[in-house]
Order: sequence, then C-alpha cells, then structure tokens
Amino acid sequence: MKKSGAAIAVACLIEQGVDTVFGYPGVSVLKIYDELYKNRRSIRHILTSHEQGAAHAADGYARATRRTGVCIATSGPGATNLVTGIAAAFMDSSPVVFITCNVPESQLGRDAFQEVDITGIAMPITKCCYLVRSAGEIADTMREAFALASSGRPGPVLIDIMGNAVVETAEYEPSAGHAVTARRAARLLAPVRTDEEGVAAVAKALAEAERPLIMAGGGVIRSGASEALLALAEKTDTPVCTTMMGLGAISSAHELCLGMAGVYGDARARRAVDECDLLLAVGVRFSDRVTGPVETFAPKAKLVHIDIDRSEIDKNVLTDLHIVGDAGSVLSSLAGKVKKLSHAAWRDSLAQTKERVPGAPAEYVRAVRRAVGSDAVVVTDVGQHQLWTCRYFGFERPGELITSGGFGAMGFGLGAAIGARTGDPSRTVVHITGDGSFRMNLTELSTEVKYGLPVVTVVFNNGSLGMVRQNQRQFMHSHFWQTKLDRGPDLMLLASAYGLEGRRVTDAEELYEAVKELAGKGGIIDCRVGEDEEITAG
Amino acid sequence: MKRTLSILVENSAGVLSQVTRLFSRKNWNIDSLAVGETQDPSVSRITVMVEGSDQRIRQVQAQLGKLLPVISVCELDESLSIHREFMLVKVRAEDKDSRDEIISIVNVFRASIVDICRTSLMIAITGDEAKNGAMLALLKDFGILEMARTGMIALERGSATIYDATKDRSEFDYAKSVVSAEDKDA
Repeated sequence: MKKSGAAIAVACLIEQGVDTVFGYPGVSVLKIYDELYKNRRSIRHILTSHEQGAAHAADGYARATRRTGVCIATSGPGATNLVTGIAAAFMDSSPVVFITCNVPESQLGRDAFQEVDITGIAMPITKCCYLVRSAGEIADTMREAFALASSGRPGPVLIDIMGNAVVETAEYEPSAGHAVTARRAARLLAPVRTDEEGVAAVAKALAEAERPLIMAGGGVIRSGASEALLALAEKTDTPVCTTMMGLGAISSAHELCLGMAGVYGDARARRAVDECDLLLAVGVRFSDRVTGPVETFAPKAKLVHIDIDRSEIDKNVLTDLHIVGDAGSVLSSLAGKVKKLSHAAWRDSLAQTKERVPGAPAEYVRAVRRAVGSDAVVVTDVGQHQLWTCRYFGFERPGELITSGGFGAMGFGLGAAIGARTGDPSRTVVHITGDGSFRMNLTELSTEVKYGLPVVTVVFNNGSLGMVRQNQRQFMHSHFWQTKLDRGPDLMLLASAYGLEGRRVTDAEELYEAVKELAGKGGIIDCRVGEDEEITAG
Repeated sequence: MKRTLSILVENSAGVLSQVTRLFSRKNWNIDSLAVGETQDPSVSRITVMVEGSDQRIRQVQAQLGKLLPVISVCELDESLSIHREFMLVKVRAEDKDSRDEIISIVNVFRASIVDICRTSLMIAITGDEAKNGAMLALLKDFGILEMARTGMIALERGSATIYDATKDRSEFDYAKSVVSAEDKDA
C-alpha cells in the first residue's frame, strides 16, 4: 500500500503502540502534523510552549511509564531547542525517540532557512542519529529506532527526516516487529547473557566478605530489579546504598537501606563506602558525584561491577570483578548462588553513624512527603532543592523520583512533571524546584493548565542560585557574584496569570497544608528558604 | 605504546565521522587512520592507531562497539600481524651527488623513484613504521619538500580473520533470528 512518508512515520508510531507524543510544529514538520491530525483519535499530541519542554516531557513520560517517549519538532531552531532535553535523557539512560524534519534533500547543505545539521549536533548525545533521505527508508528506520531506544541500556535516538521524504510516497507494509538488519540484530538485539562463571566468582567474593556493601544505581530501576536486589541483600544480610538515580530501588524504610552515597550523600552510606571490604555496584556508572576523587573511593574494598553496558566496566574506576548483564537477572542468579549470611556487627557499627542535623529545608521536604505519601511521583529540577529532596524525602519505591541526575539540567523539572503526569494520571505529581531552575522553563505552566495536569510545583525560593552561591562561599572567598535572583516574578501573580492557585508558605506546617490542598488541582507554592541554607554531606 | 585497532563498519554516509568524533570526545588521540572498502562493498575497514594502556584499549573497543554502524572491533598485536603504510615523499635534489645518494638510499629500502625533475625527486615507499621511519630520517638531511602518507593498515597473520571475532562476540546464529531489511534490499 502506497503512503506518503509522513503517513508512514505516523503509522509506524501507531505500530509501536505510541498513544502520546510531545512536540511543537513548524513548517518543515507540517506534513507529519497533518498525519497526526488525521490520526488524532489514536495519538494524543501534547503541545508545549517550547521544544525543550517537549523533550523533557517525553523523557519524564518515559521514566514514569517505563515506555519509550516520543518527541517531535521541526527543523533548525526546533531541533536545536531539543538538545538539552536529548542530553538529559542520554545521561540518565531514558528511552526517547526524537523525530525532526529537515529541509528537502535538494536544499541540504545550502544553509537553507531553518536548516541545521541536527544529526551532527546530536551524535554524541544519542544512541544513534538517523538522517532519512527517502520515504522508503522511514518504516525500517523508525522500527529500528524504537528497538534501539529501549534495548540494552536504554537511551534517546534521533530521526531527522528530510523534507522530500515526508512528501514522497513509498510502499508501506504494516509490521509489528522491529526492522533491524541481520548484522545489527546480532549486535543489538542479542540478549546480554549473564556470565555464569562471573556470577560464581562474585558469589564467592560475597561469601568471603566481612563488610560487604551493595550500591544500587539507576540500572536497577530501569531493569525492574528491585525485588531481586532486596532478595540478595536480605539473604546475604548486606546493607544497600544507592546513587541518586538509584533512589527508590530499595525502600528507605528498610533496615538494610543506608541512603544515598556520594559527595552530597548520607553519612551512613558514605561511611559504608569508605569502610566496606566488598562493594557490589549494580547498574551504576561511578559518576564523579558518587566517587569523589577515584583514588580515594572505597579504599578498602574489592570492587565488583554489574552493568548491562560493557563500556561502563573499568571506565571510571578499575574493578576487581565484573559481570556484564541485566541487573535483574544477574542479581537473581547471585541470590541463587549464595548461602544465607549474617553481618550483624557490620550493620550495627554503621547504624551508629551520626547523621548531621539537617536544617529547615529538610523539614520542608519531609512536609511534602507527609502530604503526598509514597505513592506520588516526585520530579525535581537541579540544585540544592534537588539534593535536599534526594536526602530527606525518604523514597520507598522505584519510579518515585524523577530527576536530571547525570546531566543536571536546570529547567528539567516542569516539563518532566508534565510528561510524568501525562503518562501516569493515577499518581499525584509533585514538582520540587528552586527559583533559579523554575524560571528557566516556567513557560510550560501554560501546558500544564491547557491539558488540565494537576502538577503541584513547590518552589524552594531563596532568591538566589543556591548551589552556585554555596560554591562561591566555599571556593570563591564568598564573592557572591551573579547568583542573586531578587528580580521576581511574584510567584503568586505568576500563578494567577496562568489561572493557577498559588500559596506562599514560611514553615513546614504551612507547606504540608498547602501541598495537601493543591494535590488534586495543581498550583504553585512559594516556599521561602534562607539564602544561607546549604546542602552538606551527611 | 601505540596499539592498532581494526574496525569493521557499515559502508554508509557519516560512519567515519561517528568513529572519529567518538575518539575526540573521549579525549583519545588518533595517531594514524586509514579507511577503505572491503571485499564486501557494504562494509569498510578502518585501521586506527592509538596510544594507550590495556584499560584504555578495552574502553576504546567497548565504546566503539556501541556505535550502531560498527560491526566488529579487534586489536591487532604487532608481532602477530602485518602492518604497512604507503608514503609519497618529495625530496630536494639539486645536484648529482644528492640524487645519487638518494637513489642509493631508495634502493636499500626497496622504495622507488616515481618522479624526477632538475631540483627534486619523488619517492614511493611501502613499509611498517620502523622501515618508513628509518628512511624518512635519512631523507631529512636532503630536505623534505612535502609528503603524504596513507595511514597504517594491518591484517592478522595466518588464516584467522576479524570475522571470527565478530561471530564470537555476538554469540549469535545469523541464520535464525533475522528480521531482515537486508533481504528486502537484496
């Protein structure tokens, strides 16, 4: 059956089970929008205010639903506006298919209006970029892109379709499968097999360790391996710390959970990393925010690394043992291989670690937690509020936290919250942000209102770029320069400008009340924080 | 120490740029690079020389393996493989003595003179790094006017091939699990 390239592209979206896309139209991509119009009963399009918001929304959608997010933008500036969103998805291994249209092939390379080499720009921040030159290539490319985005270590993929390719017609055969060439299938779709010898070696190391520690990262959440993690930890009586991306992989209420490791981590987790004699790191990539200087990272430990991405092994730290494989299946095999162990003395000694007494921001975070319980999705922006949230919220389930961990993109939060709520309307979505981050993309408030998405935005408002200010105090002789944000807007007026409710709160109790009240309808809470409050390691 | 990596890639637009950009963004310096089609026109072979420890080389291989058009990567041990590079060198030769001496050097290295004029000679030589380097060192005294080199290429000695590594790495039966667009193309 002959179809236009644009019709093939949209048919392929439907084939892949896509029912929601985020995007922003433009002239180059218009033909695809016309097909989306024709298929508006099958695919809901969420129009954002800016392509960056759409990119973060598709990412937030993917993280909240564990499905592949889809984001559509036009050529040139539409495409470049996606870049921060693509990078954020890439760094946190979030499966998103980005679709852009470029100028027609006859114009390519002539610096035509709204032409940009987006596949060149996005190459280092995607699993793959495709430049599609003809309608005939669209179906196979789209099918392969979806397979690629969600397989192995997930991540974003970009498809840039030339203007002529959406207009021309080509033969289209509906298909439910992926179209990966034999050569590529061998590399991409072959399941990563757990290396049984490796498992035996790790099980032996675990049995010999006196002070073992598990570090769970985002890979555990992506793999849905929380149960396997818990089974192994409980059977071997091994305490568990997480990275920021791993928060929720184990419930913070569990007695084996030590909290978040790393430079801004909890005291118990940090001490455990310093003192353990075996560190079993699962689905982590040893980011510098986790290790600090690698020379002094886990100095007494035998390092064991489990990851699905071979290139993460020995990338940042040299390991003693490693297993390349899916977190869930490796953890299950390990649990099957080990005997029941007890490490009471080690756990007791860690339990005695004193945590620093947290300041007022911790109370705010806990007030939000009390108001929404553990069933909500918490989306953060980037900065002090993000770290306070990570440290003090007390995450209990995988998927409870959505944050830009690796890329640290300020402005990520609101878009991601919109995506999360779109994907999972059954959950309350709380967007915890700072006044600096919020201002970067608050234009997406109109998206939230337009689609009736009740996102509660809690702004930790200290009138400054708190995290940067804190660094200026520590490292720049307190030269507080260009980090003051005392120029508005008035968040209450802003809320009413968008037809949202606003609350201004000055203590934790008021915040609790405000979150409770706005949870069902959304709104903005201006939560005053002192500018000298800092986030410190526990 | 310089190490040699041999990379099989799909022969399509933009592949070389993907490979070289990976090197630059990982801050790995490429010492030599050569690219060409293989017996299968849909596949090209890239030979790269990089400086690095075992850990670095493993990391380079793993990162290259993640690029979609990369089919296979293997390291070629210098002692178990043949390395060759082709160079064209234009040398100043303004008098008979210089010409004679250069010609005798060229003969010793089994290189050849491919162009001659009153004031210069052009030499073509094929060899590994040691041989080509030794001749260049001698020619320097006469004055090298300009030169061009292809970059090092290499193949493993014996009947083993890079394709063995491909099969081994993927542990994959090609025949069975193909949902192929390739078949359609053919």
